[in-house]
Amino acid sequence: MSGSKFPRNPVADYLRDVPRSGIRDFFDLVSSRKDVISLGIGEPDFVTPWRIREASQYALDRGATSYTSNRGLLKLRQAISGYVARAFGVTYDADTEILVTVGVSEALDLAVRALCNPGDEILYHEPCYVSYPAVVTFAHGVPVPIPTRRENDFQLTRAMIEPYLTPKSRALMLNFPNNPTGAVMNRRDLEGIAALAVERDLIILADEIYSELTYDGERLSIAALAGMKERTVFLHGFSKGWAMTGFRLGYACAPAELSEAMMKIHQYTMLCAPILSQEAALEALKSDAETESMRDTYEKRRNFIHTALNEIGLPCHRPCGAFYAFPYVGDYGLSSKEFALRLLDEENVACVPGSAFGASGEGFLRCAYATSLDDIKEALVRMGRFVGRLKARA
Amino acid sequence: MDELLKLLRQNAMETPENLARLLNLTPDQVRAKIRDYEQRGVIRGYHAIVNEENLDLDVVHAVIEVKITPERDGGFDRLATRIGRFTEVDSVYLMSGGYDLLVFISGRTLKEVAAFVAAKLSTLEGVVSTATHFMLKTYKEHGIMMEEKDSHERLKVSP
Repeated sequence: MSGSKFPRNPVADYLRDVPRSGIRDFFDLVSSRKDVISLGIGEPDFVTPWRIREASQYALDRGATSYTSNRGLLKLRQAISGYVARAFGVTYDADTEILVTVGVSEALDLAVRALCNPGDEILYHEPCYVSYPAVVTFAHGVPVPIPTRRENDFQLTRAMIEPYLTPKSRALMLNFPNNPTGAVMNRRDLEGIAALAVERDLIILADEIYSELTYDGERLSIAALAGMKERTVFLHGFSKGWAMTGFRLGYACAPAELSEAMMKIHQYTMLCAPILSQEAALEALKSDAETESMRDTYEKRRNFIHTALNEIGLPCHRPCGAFYAFPYVGDYGLSSKEFALRLLDEENVACVPGSAFGASGEGFLRCAYATSLDDIKEALVRMGRFVGRLKARA
Repeated sequence: MDELLKLLRQNAMETPENLARLLNLTPDQVRAKIRDYEQRGVIRGYHAIVNEENLDLDVVHAVIEVKITPERDGGFDRLATRIGRFTEVDSVYLMSGGYDLLVFISGRTLKEVAAFVAAKLSTLEGVVSTATHFMLKTYKEHGIMMEEKDSHERLKVSP
């Protein structure tokens, strides 16, 4: 007996191997500096539209401070049902197929936990949002990344998935428009993936959080394709399209059986999403005006940053959605992390190294354009200077 | 509205090079479009939005509701145009409701504005009555809030 006052192994084995998010390391570094222009921010620079904030205030004035039904306010679920039907062409039952959650993050976690048996393989395309592999690991599943490539504009095809399928393959996560690449899927490739899902009995987890921010191509969810509603968990929320990140409000639409299983976890762990956020979301769905106006602004910034990155010599595919450009920075003998660190050090511009989004993000840099045009312009001037110096040295 | 016009209304100082990057055009195309808008009179001028609170200006603004008698030919147009020609007048609008014209005017002092209304505006033939409101403070103009922006800061890096 050593008599130590601390337990020997306080942290569970399965958690110990999960790395800290690369973004957090970078965050600590950037936060310690002054006058940084950050293209590293993965949330809208817009404040939530006033009518939505006002509705939340009004709800508070009315004394809306209680729990809600586990699934969320019925009137909100009905509004969500109407919106998803209108925008995506898929109809979900507000009573049995829609669950309001604390951000899409919770919805995704619930979905994975609800369908994953220990050892099940969950496939996802990479580079991807930092949570995906971790969420699968927390559910005792096996994360299986499928690399996507610049040559293919970071889209996913059936043929790219097939080599990764095994008898343990359980589900496939899709996130288009994509964080960090800005990629958007076309209908033909999405239909190929849908057919594969049916053949191999895969469940699809469709993270549609950036859907409103689609600039080129069709705004399409796999849930809308024939035979897919039955095997898709449609995940969406208000953070990006309505600039409501801090409200932490998302939702999952899923076949009743799966929805009920997700609800079970949600009711025991979260009980319900915050009522003021639900009231705000209800107001949010009453108009598309601000969302469209923000989308237009992002689109112009997208045009700007895409052109400017290519002009300064950082080749960049055209991001068709979300608010990220993902240029290739591998021509200068630096890893993406080294590139990002030196850019921060020499020019005070913060971008997130592509490697933070999985191994296949190495060689790239995520430049978020959810920031003012003035900052984007200045950042690109500084990046141009930085790349100029790298070229001169090479 | 054309996207170029929207951008110019937000910032008329934006360079043709940047406008071109924002709109996937060439700078020459942008210059040509602007020239065309100017020649056709779609763009009628450019001005800065100035927060006068921060300047020690001797200026007062007033809004005047004007009732007028419409004329057999030309309705309200002749008189509205005539009022608009005074340099003291910034804007003139024909309104529905309890009065006919809404006239924005500015002058150096309250007295000067009052004198303009009494001597020039009310005496015009066809003007039935006026009601003058002096502006005390500007909170928002042309879509721009004059006060400080929301002070909340986002995290510097987030996923």
